[in-house]
Amino acid sequence: MVATSIRRKGLTLSRREAMWAYLLISPWLIGFIWLTAGPMIASAVLSFTEYDVINPPRFVGLGNWIYMFTADPLFWHSLKVTLTYAIVAIPLGLVLGLALALLLNTKIPAIAVWRTIYYMPSVVSGVAVAVLWSYIFNPRFGILNWLLSLVGIRGPGWLGSTQWALPALIIMSLWSVGGGMIIYLAGLQSIPTTLYEAATIDGAGTWQRFWRITLPLITPIIFYNLVIGIIGTFQYFVNAYVMTNGGPANATLFYNLYLYRNTFRWSRLGFGSAMAWFLLFIVLVMTLLVFKSSAMWVYYEGELKKE
Amino acid sequence: MAKLTWQSIKLQRIVGQIAVITILSVGAIAVLMPLIWMLSTSLKTTSTSTEFPPKWIPLDAKKVTIGDRDYFVYSVPVEGKVRELALFQKRGPVGIFVNPDNLEERYEVEVQKGRRVYEVKLHWENYPEALKTVPFGTYIWNSIIYVVVTTIGTVVSCTIVAYGFARFRAKGLDVLFLLLLATIMLPPQVTLIPQFVLFTKFGWYDTLYPLLVPAFFANAWNVFLLRQYFMTIPLELDDAARIDGCGPLGILWHIILPQSLPALATVAIFHSLWAWNDFFYPLIYLQSKEKWTVSIGLQQFNSIYSRNLPGLMAASTMTLIPTVVIFFVAQRLFIQGVVISGIKG
Repeated sequence: MVATSIRRKGLTLSRREAMWAYLLISPWLIGFIWLTAGPMIASAVLSFTEYDVINPPRFVGLGNWIYMFTADPLFWHSLKVTLTYAIVAIPLGLVLGLALALLLNTKIPAIAVWRTIYYMPSVVSGVAVAVLWSYIFNPRFGILNWLLSLVGIRGPGWLGSTQWALPALIIMSLWSVGGGMIIYLAGLQSIPTTLYEAATIDGAGTWQRFWRITLPLITPIIFYNLVIGIIGTFQYFVNAYVMTNGGPANATLFYNLYLYRNTFRWSRLGFGSAMAWFLLFIVLVMTLLVFKSSAMWVYYEGELKKE
Repeated sequence: MAKLTWQSIKLQRIVGQIAVITILSVGAIAVLMPLIWMLSTSLKTTSTSTEFPPKWIPLDAKKVTIGDRDYFVYSVPVEGKVRELALFQKRGPVGIFVNPDNLEERYEVEVQKGRRVYEVKLHWENYPEALKTVPFGTYIWNSIIYVVVTTIGTVVSCTIVAYGFARFRAKGLDVLFLLLLATIMLPPQVTLIPQFVLFTKFGWYDTLYPLLVPAFFANAWNVFLLRQYFMTIPLELDDAARIDGCGPLGILWHIILPQSLPALATVAIFHSLWAWNDFFYPLIYLQSKEKWTVSIGLQQFNSIYSRNLPGLMAASTMTLIPTVVIFFVAQRLFIQGVVISGIKG
């Protein structure tokens, strides 16, 4: 990879190269030790203690872990809320994102304008969007219930209702489905058109071309979006904090929000660390499951060559 | 499949196009509606902002001042014509309407027969008022510091690190690169609490340091993106520069950087948007109000002045405008970022 001219002078030069390599990556390496590896070990240790920053940590063995799994009133509940959201919102987002990408990959006028409109919501985010949506869901004057009233439906109380608060957040997630769409679009455009031409000559219709060519060739991207979606759901915070603050009656108490409360509201840093490590464990298991199962449904073009 | 003539194929294609455009139009309206509602609400008054059904164009009931009082204007049928008159007084079901330009001209008409007149009125004053309600100027300034400093830190550190991974060989470097890739997947909560404790022990709680300093230690995702890009630059260029007497830093400066401006811009833009929108880290580290960023300020506005909906929407609009502008200016770079980093890696 590196120019052969360096290698000619032998060891001193390769040693110099190694020195440069480590010098250049040192910002990351130092950061990794200082901000990632060290804290990871520290939070593992903290999870076996009671700690509130002010008083020194007190070793409690498996106390936090046992409490978390058996006694904590909301731990399993917060996990259930998060998984419910994930199971509905992620597949819905994957399908809609793909459908949108397929539509935006056709030959229609002003294609760039369409793509821009659909991609924009995934760029604007944060508190402003959360605030905005909390009024869109307003049962009295929000535009969602206004739209529903146009077709004769009396809209629910959305964020104020234990039953509808979580569905409301799922509906909101569909607004930014354009983020996944852009990734699909990049994938769709890298499919060689010759494949489609050949299939058409062989008499394949639109539907067949989709199932036999498009879908198999973009499974790696679906897979990528799936993994990113799972990890993202466990980071879900801003909307739950700003729009519902976990309520009503903990109906939207996402895992990350509960972790935040334990750690920073109630100064239970040991318990928070246990929750964080359990979260890492869940994300690892989920990602592994997706990776393992991917052999069954993900098609990598490169694999053909290995046969 | 039936035999198709060229004409029927063409027809089919046009019908298909119309179907696609119809679906996309409906979707686009749904996508844009929240933003249009936000803009429209930000220009209304507190009372008109919560009207149902919502009006998309901010309308105020038309009033005229007679003497020192305001009177609503109605369109009333008088003497076979419909005229705009002020409702001066009500006597049971009958109203006394006057011509505001000629107060002598009075009519007694049933109030029911008149209809209130509305006029388009954009309350731009909501914007400067929102800035005064909470010290938004301070928040914007803090956010700008956060965005600018961390963007510089991220771009510089990630460029250097990515260059190291892309162009140099050393024992253990491959393993370290795998480690770097693994940290992309790492949920930040796992490092959050000890970092918080550490920064607090440094005396950095309630300062911007915990937000700024980590940016200078390279972010795994951006390093990966830049490295992928650097790898596409031909090595022959490095060799040529080396022959001309360039050292490693010279090659980075004269060869790699000029070739990678789109990738660097992508990293800068993605990061600055992230920092501008970031809510979590300012929330846990910044306590005193004068240090808050826009996201925290907006959250405070939302929880304290939720009755002032137009003001709140004006503040939200001001928060979103920079991101929308950056998005439109740098659209290409966004899509490029997805293509470089994604999938094909």
